[in-house]
Amino acid sequence: MVAASRAIVLLGAQRFNPTLGEAADELGVRGKIATITAGWQERETEDDDLREHLGERTINLRLHARADVIFREDPEFRDAHRARQALLRHRQDFYRIRLEHELAAQHVIRNRVAPAEILAEESRASIQSIRDLDRWHLEQCSHVRRDFEEKWKWVERDAIAKQRAELQKIIGDVDAVAIAGGHVAILLNRLELFGIADFLKGKTLFAWCAGAMALSERVILFHDTPPQGPGAAEVLDAGLGLVKGIVVLPQSEFRIKLDDTARVRTMAQRFAPSTCLGMPARSRMTVRRNRYSHVHDIVQIAVDGTHAPLAGEAA
Amino acid sequence: MIAPLKIDQLLKAGPTKSRIDAFIAENKFPIVQGEQATFVFRGQADKLILRHWIYGLESANELQRVPETDLWHLTLDVPPRSRVEYKYEIHRGSKSKWIEDPLNPNRARDPFGANSVLQGEGYELPEWTNPDPEARPGILEPLKFDSPTVGERHGHIYLPARFRRSRQYPLLVVHDGSDYLKYTQMKTVLDNLIHRLEIPDIIVAFTDSSDRLREYGNDVTHAHFVTEELLPELQRLLPLIDRPQARGLMGASFGAVAAFSTAWRYPRVWGRLLLQSGSFAFTDIGKRNHRGPLFDRVVEFINNFRDQPTAMSERVFVSCGVYESLIYENRSLIPLLETTGMEVKFVEARDGHNWENWRDRLREGLSWLFPGPLMFVYE
Repeated sequence: MVAASRAIVLLGAQRFNPTLGEAADELGVRGKIATITAGWQERETEDDDLREHLGERTINLRLHARADVIFREDPEFRDAHRARQALLRHRQDFYRIRLEHELAAQHVIRNRVAPAEILAEESRASIQSIRDLDRWHLEQCSHVRRDFEEKWKWVERDAIAKQRAELQKIIGDVDAVAIAGGHVAILLNRLELFGIADFLKGKTLFAWCAGAMALSERVILFHDTPPQGPGAAEVLDAGLGLVKGIVVLPQSEFRIKLDDTARVRTMAQRFAPSTCLGMPARSRMTVRRNRYSHVHDIVQIAVDGTHAPLAGEAA
Repeated sequence: MIAPLKIDQLLKAGPTKSRIDAFIAENKFPIVQGEQATFVFRGQADKLILRHWIYGLESANELQRVPETDLWHLTLDVPPRSRVEYKYEIHRGSKSKWIEDPLNPNRARDPFGANSVLQGEGYELPEWTNPDPEARPGILEPLKFDSPTVGERHGHIYLPARFRRSRQYPLLVVHDGSDYLKYTQMKTVLDNLIHRLEIPDIIVAFTDSSDRLREYGNDVTHAHFVTEELLPELQRLLPLIDRPQARGLMGASFGAVAAFSTAWRYPRVWGRLLLQSGSFAFTDIGKRNHRGPLFDRVVEFINNFRDQPTAMSERVFVSCGVYESLIYENRSLIPLLETTGMEVKFVEARDGHNWENWRDRLREGLSWLFPGPLMFVYE
C-alpha cells in the first residue's frame, strides 16, 4: 500500500539497457528529477550515463558526499554515529549466527522421514522460529536507532540541519526523485541520516535495485551462491516502508536459484504475508494505492516454492 | 561402455615408430581418461620411476617399457578433480636423476623448484587466479620493520585499490608472505576477489621469517613479535579497524602452526584464522611424534590444545589436501576446534602439500573469514 496516491516505480537493474526513461515518459514526468546515488559511495557523482539517459534534467543530491561534510564538521556526532554502526554490525553478526542454526534445523527437518502430520507441524514450527528471529532482529535494530535518535536528535544539529534545508529546497523543486542501487546498507544509512523520507511526500519516485529495496518495509540481503557456500537470506533492517506488502529481490536472474523449490519456499514462507518479488534486469512495475500496474517481467515467488510472472492491472 | 585406454589401443595395434610418433603428437600427457591417468615417457633409460606426493599410494611406481621401443608408460587410478604433482626418476647406468615430465607443460613452482602437474578429470584452474583486466589493482609496498626481539624484518604490505586514509580496513597477516605472493598469485587473487565484492577492501601484511622452522613451530618470541610489535606498528601506520573480527592470521604448513599458536597465546586478539595444511603433529602417548625432533614443540603445543581446547579466535578456516599425510592431523583437529564455540569451516581437496592447493582454497577461505559486500550491493 502506498501512503498517498503518487506513483512509485520499482525497476530492475539500470546499468545496461535502462528502462527508467521509458517509465518516466509513461507517467508524464517531464520536469527535473533529483537523483540519489549514495549507494555508489565514492563513485556517487559518476552518473553521466544516468544523466544522459534522462535527458540532462537530473540533479544529484550527493548524499554520500554531504554525509562526509557532516562528519568532518561535526566530529562528535561522527564518532557517535560510527559507534552506532558498530553496534548494528554486532547485532547483524549475532543474528546471522543464530539464523544459520535455525536454517540448518529447518534443513534437517525437511529431510527427515516421519509421519506426515508430524513433519508438517515441525516444519511449520521451524519456519515460525526463523520468522520470530527475523522479527527479533528488526526490533533490535529499531531499538538501536530509537536510542540513538533520542540521544542525538541529529536532524537538529547545525551541520545536518543546514544540509537538510538545501535538500528540502532541491527536492521541492523537482517533479520526481530517482533512487539508484548500490550498497543497500550505505544507501539506507544516508537516507536515514538526512531524513529524506520527510521530503518525499507526494513525489513520484523511481527506484531500482538497492533503491527499490530501501523503499520497502524490510530489506532482505540474499544471494544463493556466494563463494563461501550456500548463502542464507537475512534481514538487514527496516526500509522506508513507502511500498508495503512486498519483499524486493533485485538481480534475481543470478542471485536466486528459482528452481530450488525447497529453498525458495523457505524464503517465501519466512517473509509471508509479504510477497517475494524477483526483479531481473528490465523488469518494472508501478505501485499506486496498493495496486500494481505496468508490470513487466517480475517474478512472484509463492509460499509453495513455485514461481510465476506477477500479474498486474493495466495502466 | 568404458572406452579402451589409448595406450592399450596403441599396444594392440602394434607400437611401430610411426604409430608412436603419432600417439605422442596427438595426445596431451598424462592422458586422462575418466578416472585413469596414463603417464608416458619417451626416451632412453634403464629404469623409469614415477615419483609423486600422494600419501596412501606407493610413492615410487615403475613405468613399463614397451619392448623394443623407447616408450614407457604407467596407468594409475586418479579420482576426478585431483591435482597430482610428480616427477620422473630416470636411471641410466649407475646414475639417476629426477626430472620434470618433458611431455607435460603443466608445472607447479615452489621454493625448491618445480614439479609436473597432472590435472585429473574435472579439475579446472580457478579463473579468479588469473589477472582480470577489469579488476583495479591494489599496490604492494615494501615493509621493513626493526623488531627489538627478532631483528630486522622485511615483507610487503598490500593496499587495496582506492585505498583512502579516511577509511578503516581489516588486516590480514600472512606467514611466508613472499611465497604466497610468488606461488599462489595472492596479489592477483586479492585484486580479483575485492573487485568481485567477495572480500572487503583489506590490508594484507605479507611477512617472512629468516628461520621459519624455528620461529613458526610454536615459538613464544614469534607470537610476541607478531602481536605486540608488528600489529601495533601496523595500527600506527595504517587505518585499521580495531576489532578482532577485522584481524586475521594465516599460513600454510608450519606457517599455519605459527598462525594458530600465535592466536592461542593471544586469545581474542586475532578473530580470523586461515590455516592451510597445518603441520599439527600430536601424540596420544609419549612426547615424540614419528615426524622427528623438528616437530617436538609443535607436538607439545597441539597436545596442550587437545587436552584443553580453548576458543582463541572467532572463525577458523582449515583446509588440507587428502593426498598429504597431514590430512590425519587436520581432520583430528576439527572436532576439537568445534567444541570451543569457534565457528569452524573445514575444506578438503584432492590435492597435496603444495602451493597450488593453497592457492585454490584462497577464495573460499578468505570470503568466509572476511565476507565482502556481495550480499549488500545490488546495482
